[in-house]
Amino acid sequence: MTPALRRILGRLIGSIPVLLIVVIGVFLLLNSAGGDAVDAYLASIGGGDAGLAAKLRAEHGLDQSIWRRLIFTLGRLAQGDLGWSVALNRPIAAVIAERLPNTLWLMGSATALSFLAGSALGILAGRRPGSAVDRLLSGGSLLLYSIPGFWLGLVLSVIFAVQLRWLPVSGIETIASGKTGMDRALDIAWHLVLPVSTLGMIYLALFLRVMRSGMAEAWSQDYILAARARGLSESRIVLNHAARNALLPLITLLGLQAASMLGGSVVVESVFGVPGFGRLAQEAVAGRDTPLLLGVILVSAVLVILTNLLVDLAYGVIDPRVGRGGT
Amino acid sequence: MAGLLKRPEALAGGAVLLALALIALAAPLLSPGDPLAIAGKPLILPLTDAAHPLGTDRLGRDLLAGLIHGARTSMTVGLLVAVVALSAGMIVGTVAGLAGGWTEAVLMRLVEAFQIVPGFLLALALVSVAGPSLAGVVLAIALGAWTGPARLARSRVLALRESEFVAAARVLGLHPAEIAFRQIMPLALPPVLSLTAIIVAGAILTEAALSFLGLGNPNVVTWGGMIAEGRNQLRSAAWLSIIPGLALVITVVSTYLVGEALTDSLTERRPR
Repeated sequence: MTPALRRILGRLIGSIPVLLIVVIGVFLLLNSAGGDAVDAYLASIGGGDAGLAAKLRAEHGLDQSIWRRLIFTLGRLAQGDLGWSVALNRPIAAVIAERLPNTLWLMGSATALSFLAGSALGILAGRRPGSAVDRLLSGGSLLLYSIPGFWLGLVLSVIFAVQLRWLPVSGIETIASGKTGMDRALDIAWHLVLPVSTLGMIYLALFLRVMRSGMAEAWSQDYILAARARGLSESRIVLNHAARNALLPLITLLGLQAASMLGGSVVVESVFGVPGFGRLAQEAVAGRDTPLLLGVILVSAVLVILTNLLVDLAYGVIDPRVGRGGT
Repeated sequence: MAGLLKRPEALAGGAVLLALALIALAAPLLSPGDPLAIAGKPLILPLTDAAHPLGTDRLGRDLLAGLIHGARTSMTVGLLVAVVALSAGMIVGTVAGLAGGWTEAVLMRLVEAFQIVPGFLLALALVSVAGPSLAGVVLAIALGAWTGPARLARSRVLALRESEFVAAARVLGLHPAEIAFRQIMPLALPPVLSLTAIIVAGAILTEAALSFLGLGNPNVVTWGGMIAEGRNQLRSAAWLSIIPGLALVITVVSTYLVGEALTDSLTERRPR
């Protein structure tokens, strides 16, 4: 077994107890309140008799004690079964599989946008710390980072969808357009422009700031002095020496931000009516659908673990100091 | 504090925060009565009616009154979350760092578990269970905010634990609790406190997002709730959503500006 593979395996096994804490903690939290999905379901269909409530509870195992349900849930999850959504009356795994791709596209594009633009602008700002360009970009990024995502989404949609009519207001694709293949993909991409910009903009500010401060720190380091002494051109020093070293914390940040971005997608999807994973969480809360919310939280925790694993691997490729066995 | 005075932008941020805090405290005096009550004709444009400087919403509720009372909610939630998250983080981090062994391993797995779950999803889950009371919202947001302080406190304690003055205190026969709380805590505290501004700003934004999704307390005015209300008139009366959003941006920017200066003075790093 190669060291890299062993490291991956070790990390995956190490994350099992953490996932167990997540599942047990969230399960107990969600089941600690009075009222359950059956109450919410009965309210939504306009009420029913006690017999129906009892029958539904028995069907979903809700008449059992909380500890028996916890054991049952853990056993079910261990077999890879996420359970049944009470509110949507469908298997949770199927619902998540249907919604997740939209959110992954949204988050992936937003990450790419914010990482590329953020690091490029960060290099520009960090090239000469204290310069006019730096002040403008640093100030601008602080302002951008202070904007609530949902509000930015609303403002962008007022400007670009309502006033200018350049882009669609909401949804993931034109309803009943009959488009297929490439046309449909383009249509979806068109609908994702505003949500991706909204989500990406906030993280762009973050990447810019981290890149800039890494660059600012690099200028006082000895390797910059050594590069200068070797008579390298200024642009080479900026890109190959200062920026290259400042990029490493950004890679780490990619992993650290995965959880926060998943949370951010909840509001952005709500603003733009994207039928994604984040909005599923909101629907689960609205429908008091405890198994669904537990499933959503568990899947997002797994996603965060996998993202960090990927980042860890990328880090090993980029930073030669991280060799075998290093973390 | 000296660092704060040397930076004009931090001073400006501090002045804005002070003004907001005063407005929040004096809200019942500045704008008496229920901000959710109908005050005039619906949808008065901003800057057209002296009685309603920022106009009214579709039910005729005064926008300025909403802003003033909304400041109360944002400031209260921001500060309470910071207090809860910093105290919880400090305690868990210090205990983990000092105890070591199994206690440390279990506590740090707990911190990890909280870090891999998106904080906003946790907040959604808790608010859905505890209901949209002030305590519920504060607790919900703090759940996602205490891990940073905990990790930082632990790493500080680990570094300090091995230092000479702690060894000296041990030789002198001081009680372990005395060493923990009188020798180590005061030195571990400043870097952790430098996280305050980030936590307050994040809490204000998260509270706004929860209220925007309709998970806040419906009987209390919040800026996020006002934005959600105005969303229905985005085409005809966009200012209803835009103005409370600007209030949020100004508050959060000011918090960050003060926080940057505070971080520099607390960690004694030279300002870059």
